[in-house]
Amino acid sequence: MEKKTDRVIITVVGKDTVGIIAKVCTYLANNRINVLDISQTIVQGFFNMMMIADIADSSKPFDECSRELTQIGEEIGVSIKCQREEIFNKMHRI
Amino acid sequence: MTNFWEVHETNKMIEQENLDVRTITLGISLMDCIDSDLDALNRKIYEKITTVARDLVAVGKEIERNYCIPIVNKRISVTPIALVGSAACKCPADFVTIAKTLDEAAKKVGVNFIGGYSALVSKGMTTGDENLIRSIPEALRSTEVVCSSVNLGSTKTGINMDAVKLMGEMIKETAQLTKERDSMGCSKLVVFCNAPDDNPFMAGAFHGVTEADAIINVGVSGPGVVKTALAKVRGENFEVLCETIKKTAFKITRVGQLVAQEASRRLGIPFGIIDLSLAPTPAIGDSVADILTEIGLEYAGAPGTTAALALLNDQVKKGGVMASSYVGGLSGAFIPVSEDQGMIDAVKAGALTLEKLEAMTCVCSVGLDMIAIPGDTSPATISGIIADEMAIGMVNQKTTAVRIIPVIGKGVGETAQFGGLLGYAPIMPVNPYSCEAFVNRGGRIPAPIHSFKN
Repeated sequence: MEKKTDRVIITVVGKDTVGIIAKVCTYLANNRINVLDISQTIVQGFFNMMMIADIADSSKPFDECSRELTQIGEEIGVSIKCQREEIFNKMHRI
Repeated sequence: MTNFWEVHETNKMIEQENLDVRTITLGISLMDCIDSDLDALNRKIYEKITTVARDLVAVGKEIERNYCIPIVNKRISVTPIALVGSAACKCPADFVTIAKTLDEAAKKVGVNFIGGYSALVSKGMTTGDENLIRSIPEALRSTEVVCSSVNLGSTKTGINMDAVKLMGEMIKETAQLTKERDSMGCSKLVVFCNAPDDNPFMAGAFHGVTEADAIINVGVSGPGVVKTALAKVRGENFEVLCETIKKTAFKITRVGQLVAQEASRRLGIPFGIIDLSLAPTPAIGDSVADILTEIGLEYAGAPGTTAALALLNDQVKKGGVMASSYVGGLSGAFIPVSEDQGMIDAVKAGALTLEKLEAMTCVCSVGLDMIAIPGDTSPATISGIIADEMAIGMVNQKTTAVRIIPVIGKGVGETAQFGGLLGYAPIMPVNPYSCEAFVNRGGRIPAPIHSFKN
């Protein structure tokens, strides 16, 4: 049987600086959140990263992860957003 | 798998183009609260609302956090109170006690508005209906979040002109009682022709008698998203224009569908409908008038406005219908004046008149909405404006409505301030000629013939 996943999209937008990915990934690893995919680009001069992650095995509930990631973003001066994946699938897939 | 540009597009809509879900409205039947004892009735109503809607606001906020999509309003609609209260209420003052109970219950569960202080009198009025209608001014004065609506006509029954006359008087009285706040009591009062049973939008939401015990209805929004999409196809032909609106409406509605399903699942209450409406707010960039401008009009109200609006309304429905499993409510583009900065600008520029707005209501939902008129407008003239709008709905088999605010103490050229989502409105001139003899005839206008359509 396929293992149950609970996928969230983490987006990071802001001015590029050293260690953004490291900080986010450290947090995810510490909380048993598995990264499934990462893509990154510069849009209109801004650092844009999107991660697909699986929080099924996470030690913390979605709300707490989301709040703590936002806090990490504030500490390093970027905006971090955590959303459940369904909203994107709904909007862009028939 | 979800790709980067899809995420980017969705989040840009939310962050920069004001994409939101305008409302989750929980419809609650109060039929099982009916009691001939007024105190018992009030107690049962309070208990039912505060039990069924206990988790509504918390669940709404949870969904907001899960998807980072704002859900602007959480609301409740209830069975028309004229039906629920007629066994217990012997006079208008008795009905006011129910309005106060609704207000308390709504505040207890933390919703923005509660609708359903309503009467359905499209053919005739019972004593209970009339008492409720006569209680509306005091009910709206003495409550904060209660909304009232009255259905005055329908395609099948014609127009109840006695009730139209009475509502002209009640609107004026409501304005008078709330004059210290620019008569804003009238912003919570709307009259309908062909009122839908499942409308999630205020002030006209009520929980129809054909509905289940409790139901979740969701109203979507997103004029800013449509406008931004259209800016990318400037100068293209109508085919491209229409395709762009449809695709955008599809995306907006899918978000509404997701929110509705999630709210339904988490609350354990069945999903009713999505209302496919482009609902503007006074925020810059969240305007239906701006879409009309983007389509190619200098101002909303310029020649071509009715055609552009007809097109917009139809394409929104075509795109939205496929995105949702059930569509209902008012579904169309809203054209309130005070809640739409582009409309306000058009009125100020002299491009948009009451008569043009009336023409626009023939092709879109919902009607003459949030229009401020001089405070010295007579009740008969207000009834005449209502009768015209009801006639449009009756003949065209569509919902039409009037939410008009005679701003006591102010005249043309001045501005009424309502605040928040209700915005502000320049006071518009009204045709000065009398319709008193017409309104005073009494009785009802017969239902129209459904053949020989011309």
